[in-house]
Amino acid sequence: MSATAATPSAAIPGLGRKIGSLRKERRWALITAYVSLIVAAIVMLAPPVYMLVTSLKTSAEISNPVGTPWIVRNPTLENYGALIGDPMFRGFFFNSIKVTVLVVCVTMVISVLAAFSLARMKFFGSQVLATGVFLTYLVPDTLLFIPLYQIVGNLGLLNSTWGLVLVYPTLTVPFCTWIMIGYFASIPKELDEAALIDGANWMQMLTKIFIPVALPGIIAATIFAFTVSWAAFVYPTAFITRPDEMPLTIGVVSQLIRGDTFAWGQLMAGALLAALPPVIVYAFLMDYYIAGLTAGATKG
Amino acid sequence: MALDATTVTAGAASGAPARPGLTLQRFARRRSTIAFIMALPLIAVIGGLVAWPAGYAIYLSTLNRRMTASIGLENFAILLESETFRMVIWQSCIFAFSAVVLKALLGFWLAHMLHHIPTKGQRIWRGMLLLPWVVPPALSTLGWWWMFDPSYSSLNWILNAIGAPSVPWLGEPWWARTSVIIVNVWAGTPFFMIMYLAALKSVPDQLYEAAAIDGATGWQGLRYVTLPMMRNIISITVLFSLIVTFANYDIVRVLTNGGPRDLTHVFASYAFQVGVLSGNIPRGAAVSLFMFPILAVVAFFVLRGVNQRNREMA
Repeated sequence: MSATAATPSAAIPGLGRKIGSLRKERRWALITAYVSLIVAAIVMLAPPVYMLVTSLKTSAEISNPVGTPWIVRNPTLENYGALIGDPMFRGFFFNSIKVTVLVVCVTMVISVLAAFSLARMKFFGSQVLATGVFLTYLVPDTLLFIPLYQIVGNLGLLNSTWGLVLVYPTLTVPFCTWIMIGYFASIPKELDEAALIDGANWMQMLTKIFIPVALPGIIAATIFAFTVSWAAFVYPTAFITRPDEMPLTIGVVSQLIRGDTFAWGQLMAGALLAALPPVIVYAFLMDYYIAGLTAGATKG
Repeated sequence: MALDATTVTAGAASGAPARPGLTLQRFARRRSTIAFIMALPLIAVIGGLVAWPAGYAIYLSTLNRRMTASIGLENFAILLESETFRMVIWQSCIFAFSAVVLKALLGFWLAHMLHHIPTKGQRIWRGMLLLPWVVPPALSTLGWWWMFDPSYSSLNWILNAIGAPSVPWLGEPWWARTSVIIVNVWAGTPFFMIMYLAALKSVPDQLYEAAAIDGATGWQGLRYVTLPMMRNIISITVLFSLIVTFANYDIVRVLTNGGPRDLTHVFASYAFQVGVLSGNIPRGAAVSLFMFPILAVVAFFVLRGVNQRNREMA
């Protein structure tokens, strides 16, 4: 680039200055980009970092701040120790794992089967159903939690993790089906024709061809289902008031805040521990995570 | 596609008693039966957990408080007359509109900056900037709540350090509203950024080269190449975000719980307050139903625009 630019600039004097200013412009653009990104990263990371700093402080250090609150002087793990030793907190964790694992399994079975049938095997009304899946994805959970509260109550599942397992699929299934339809539709038709000629039935076609080929999509959908069920907040807040049935999100928000004297260190430690599983998944599977996130909109 | 065509023609020509036609027809019928059975769990979820509750919500909203008799549209009328609820409508609209505009602008800016730096370094920056989106919002809001704490606010410490006065983050109505918006923008900007980045990467370089040869400046390239190419993604992302923001519950619940003096309530938190905490389920259902027409109108126009542009491009 610079070599080719240098030769004509010797011949035409005006051009040299222009290219020089272009290069300067590009350097300024790069500096602006890095400055913006650094500022953004500081803002984006400040709250989690401050939570971490607080969680390492003793209650005495929190209530008598000397100088900046942004650094910890006598780091301690006692907040974490207290939480891990607390059977109630371990119960929240167990409830969250139980609900999330069940919901992810149910979601993936429902949405893979449905997406396969909607993408490949048309039936009466399948087009309407595909549109319906997209539209239900647009329905926010806060729109329907009151009738669901009544319905779950009538089934006797209030204050039970099973009630959550029943209603969480409304959060996960529409989106997972939607992105799986997109992934399945992108598989070339020749593949299933070849399988049909070889005498495969529909189930074999799904398990031997579609699931292996669309594995990245399945991983992305699974991550989405996991993140959403782990972070769900409205349903457990509405349906669960007994601490022993609470999942982590509402457990940390409602049970670790006791009375007027907040145990801030412990609260922040609890929030961080609760946020850890999605963050770990994200750290290892970021590309799938982003693929799933963008697939929903770009295919819409 | 070829397979579909043969099954359809075979089905149409099945008047003749030819044997291959019959098996193909049976094959097609069996196929659609299997397909229907495979989609049945999905139909059950959508029908039983979305469509049925939606209808049930409408029925509930017409009942009286003890759910013994129908009172027609009385719940809606009472709500519209109440000062608090009118404030809720305002607050929801102000909150959703300003938060979505800020998220869209900041996300666009960050996506651009990220797109400008060398590809090798993009991964690590993207990884850091996406973190607020990954942490469950109820939990990260706890962190913000602690940063806004009236007596130990670490944000006020920074403000004081640069000579600015302390801010009553959650104590004073307008500051409380601003705080809710700040947290929402913080949590939602990464989503816009990642969507726009994907869209930016899908714009072919040749278009920019052509524009540069035609003498376009950077701004003109942005205005006449990038924005038109990204219009669909921008409108879909704004639609998603508008719905989620408008129906937001976590942030308000954790940060202010509707206070001070019910001035930061949005539809969702007010519906929760009225329906679950005060036990007036019909009126709570009516509050959340108010969201529906607003969201439906926005979704209709956005999706129609996207469809039109898709058809123009095809």
